[in-house]
Amino acid sequence: MTVTADGPLPPTPYDVAIVGAGVVGCAVARELARHPRLRVALLDAQDDVGQGTSKANTAILHTGFDATPGTLEARLVREGYARLGAYADDTGIPVERVGALLVAWDEEQRAALPRLAEKAERNAYPDTALLGPEELYAREPHLGPGALGALHVPGESIICPWTTTLAYATQAVRAGVDLHLNTAVRAARRSGGHLLTTSRGTLRARHLVNAAGLHADTLDRALGHEDFTVTPRRGQLLVYDKLARPLVRHILLPVPTALGKGVLVAPTVYGNVLLGPTAEDLHDKRATGSTADGTAALREQGRRILPALPEEEVTAVYAGLRAATGQEDYRITAHPGQAYVTVGGIRSTGLTASLAIAAHVTGLLAENGLDPGPVREPEPLTMPNLGEASPRPYQRADLIAADPEYGTLVCHCERVSRGEIRDALASTVPPRTLDGLRRRTRARAGRCQGFYCGAVVRDLFERGRA
Amino acid sequence: MTGQAVVPRRVDVLVVGAGPAGLAAAARLAAAGAGRVEVLEREAQPGGVPRHCAHGGFGTWTRPLTGPRYARLLTEAAERAGATLRTGVTALDWAPTGPVLTTVGPGGPETVEARAVVLATGARERPRAARLVPGTRPAGVCTTGELQQAVHLFGQHIGTRAVVAGAADVSYAAAATVRTAGAEVVALVTEHPRAQAGRARAGAARLGHGIPLLTDTTITELVGHGRLSGVRVRHRDGRTAVLPCDTVVFTGDFVPEHELARRGGLTLDPGTRGPAVGATPHTSRPGVFAAGNLLHAVEPAGTAVREGARAAGAVLDFLAGTPWPEPGVPVVVEPPLRWIAPNRVTPGAVPARHVLRTGVPLPRPVLYVHQDGRLLHRQRLTAGTALPERTLTLAARWHDRVDPDGGPVRVSTG
Ligand SMILES: Cc1cc2nc3c(=O)[nH]c(=O)nc-3n(C[C@H](O)[C@H](O)[C@H](O)COP(=O)(O)OP(=O)(O)OC[C@H]3O[C@@H](n4cnc5c(N)ncnc54)[C@H](O)[C@@H]3O)c2cc1C
Repeated sequence: MTVTADGPLPPTPYDVAIVGAGVVGCAVARELARHPRLRVALLDAQDDVGQGTSKANTAILHTGFDATPGTLEARLVREGYARLGAYADDTGIPVERVGALLVAWDEEQRAALPRLAEKAERNAYPDTALLGPEELYAREPHLGPGALGALHVPGESIICPWTTTLAYATQAVRAGVDLHLNTAVRAARRSGGHLLTTSRGTLRARHLVNAAGLHADTLDRALGHEDFTVTPRRGQLLVYDKLARPLVRHILLPVPTALGKGVLVAPTVYGNVLLGPTAEDLHDKRATGSTADGTAALREQGRRILPALPEEEVTAVYAGLRAATGQEDYRITAHPGQAYVTVGGIRSTGLTASLAIAAHVTGLLAENGLDPGPVREPEPLTMPNLGEASPRPYQRADLIAADPEYGTLVCHCERVSRGEIRDALASTVPPRTLDGLRRRTRARAGRCQGFYCGAVVRDLFERGRA
Repeated sequence: MTGQAVVPRRVDVLVVGAGPAGLAAAARLAAAGAGRVEVLEREAQPGGVPRHCAHGGFGTWTRPLTGPRYARLLTEAAERAGATLRTGVTALDWAPTGPVLTTVGPGGPETVEARAVVLATGARERPRAARLVPGTRPAGVCTTGELQQAVHLFGQHIGTRAVVAGAADVSYAAAATVRTAGAEVVALVTEHPRAQAGRARAGAARLGHGIPLLTDTTITELVGHGRLSGVRVRHRDGRTAVLPCDTVVFTGDFVPEHELARRGGLTLDPGTRGPAVGATPHTSRPGVFAAGNLLHAVEPAGTAVREGARAAGAVLDFLAGTPWPEPGVPVVVEPPLRWIAPNRVTPGAVPARHVLRTGVPLPRPVLYVHQDGRLLHRQRLTAGTALPERTLTLAARWHDRVDPDGGPVRVSTG
């Protein structure tokens, strides 16, 4: 099992190199890892998997009911929904099938609901239902006054984006993929195969997959393609305290307008409440900061949807950048002469679609001359449970009886045990920073943000890595 | 829930939290023969926040102590009186009825049934996120609590240049800890026109250690990827600047650690966000008492100790058969006052004075106490300026004038 973060890269050429270890790149790596004959490298500029858009999104497993019918995105989201749902059940990725309500706040919005139901049907999702105000308020008693009705989409679900990316990466690495972190690709050239100049030296590969997220256009240009430009669209989000969780039961979506999908309120699998995202077109691909205007606007909108929400404490504020391209579909393109596949413009549905994208990309590689060889299904995988819908380690008497470390809580707000931190540090793709540890265990992710546990968690992290 | 123990263990009094309030309550209860008195503490060591306050300012005028020493003395007193301290054990939640709590520790889950429960879960500082300070999310951002533990309990390296957000007593303690750790304090930053600490303390930091105090100044953004590289500040007059630093400590702005109180359905006071209580520490849930900074973040440890002892007295009366009091009349504050505690007046109870906080500095403040438009009391607080984050005290001699059937009592500054 190979994960590297420094030193030179292996000199022997890989069959496939995947640039970008976000949820999409990791999914592609996992899919290719089903073919034991292939030598695969997964590269990322950062020191962990899933540090780009994949870690900072709204964490929804979309049915794809509102996709543009007939697009590649519509198909891959629909397929991805089924695949990831099943995969999550097998591996223990937290998913809660809470369902969504598209809430109409005026006549025009109410009039739009039947059209959305029709669109859902064209997307092969026939299970929606129109609700009148009475039924809506019965389902969501804390909803602000004035809602006229809603479209119920029972399949929309919430999921843990961190565990998803990590599960793919773990399985890929265990099946023989080399994960090279801290490896920024600076230039790409064709000479025999692909020759990548990286921050850690040269890497050779016969086939190349560009899953570089916000930077996919840059890499694409390096290989001579001017197909699209990524414009980061920032989404700021507020995470409310767990004590707010009883305020909301479904994902509460606005009725979409020309201006985009709008601001939602949703539970998270960790038992918080999410409010966001904003949609701001920017030029800086590093502008992942929150702004006073952004959070103020969100709080204002949140107050209308759930008047009790702003009374609760905010646990976290974050911002993610979607890879918008100005085009209404994914930009997944095979370049046959080049043994190269671009996976660009995976906007705000990539988490859901990831497994379907991976299968599609693998198909394109095969059409382009990659002989994947025989299939060997990977060993089954069980991920540590970060979700509140099934028992966490501290709730399991059996586990604590076998190992008291699972009963020794160190992060109190999130009830993370010393055993879980120890396990994360010893895992296949271990964390390299406290933030990486947080995404694997939730340690330090709670309302105190380290007031109580910060120093202890850091101590365990530093000693565990020593 | 998988394997939650079904057969409850019984104790007489269960105290949640081994900080000053909980330890003082346990010591007095055990000494008074309340039976089996057990204290649950989720940290590995008892003592609460003083454990990591490696500075003076505890104890009494005649016997000043450091925080860790104070924590040790309180722990020893509780143990000597016969209370059982169980560390590394977290109280998780309540059984549907009665003062029954579920817990977990290295020994596994448990259900503990008590005749009375004293909540003494303390308070914490609001972190950066809860204060909605915009910007990126780099490493190097903490609260005083984390800073003190890192430096005093674990000897961890913190950054090299720290900005301290706040200028209250706790902020000066944070600045001292930064210096102990060998780092430089770039500045203390407060949105108020002056420090909210004693003049001697503020003066010593500014003149003795050359630490600048930026008043009328707000932190508007954190900058940096990976590690913090600076904080952007804005002065009231509109000027802005970036203070280069690799660490920022958010100090003060305490909130009660009220999760267990809320899970138990206790009525909370909207101002303090701790359980609503009157002159006695009875909460809205029979058999459940509350004490210390859970009631009013944040008062000195001595106050928490006194409240713990007073809670013990109320518990003893309750165990002896005294009935649970009526909730009483709410006491509310009007802005710029932020909160008051106790925040109920229970007719017939022995009056106890109130502590309260202002949100802005108030020169020569006068407090007015009204009920249904009727003036009950008027009191000049101080001839100087009342400062945010500093204790203000309101006498209780108006309690017998409260109409038990009237509306809420309103405390205002004019
Ligand atoms: C606000 C918001 C809400 C969203 N909500 C949802 C949702 O609810 N459900 C859903 O399914 N999806 C959602 N998404 C979208 C989802 O997060 C993305 O679709 C997904 O993360 C895209 O994955 P990726 O792997 O393409 O990109 P990223 O996650 O950005 O991964 C790309 C990786 O490539 C690396 N990289 C880039 N350039 C180089 C280089 N030159 N060399 C080496 N490495 C490089 C980066 O460091 C990064 O790790 C949301 C997105 C946002 C912003």
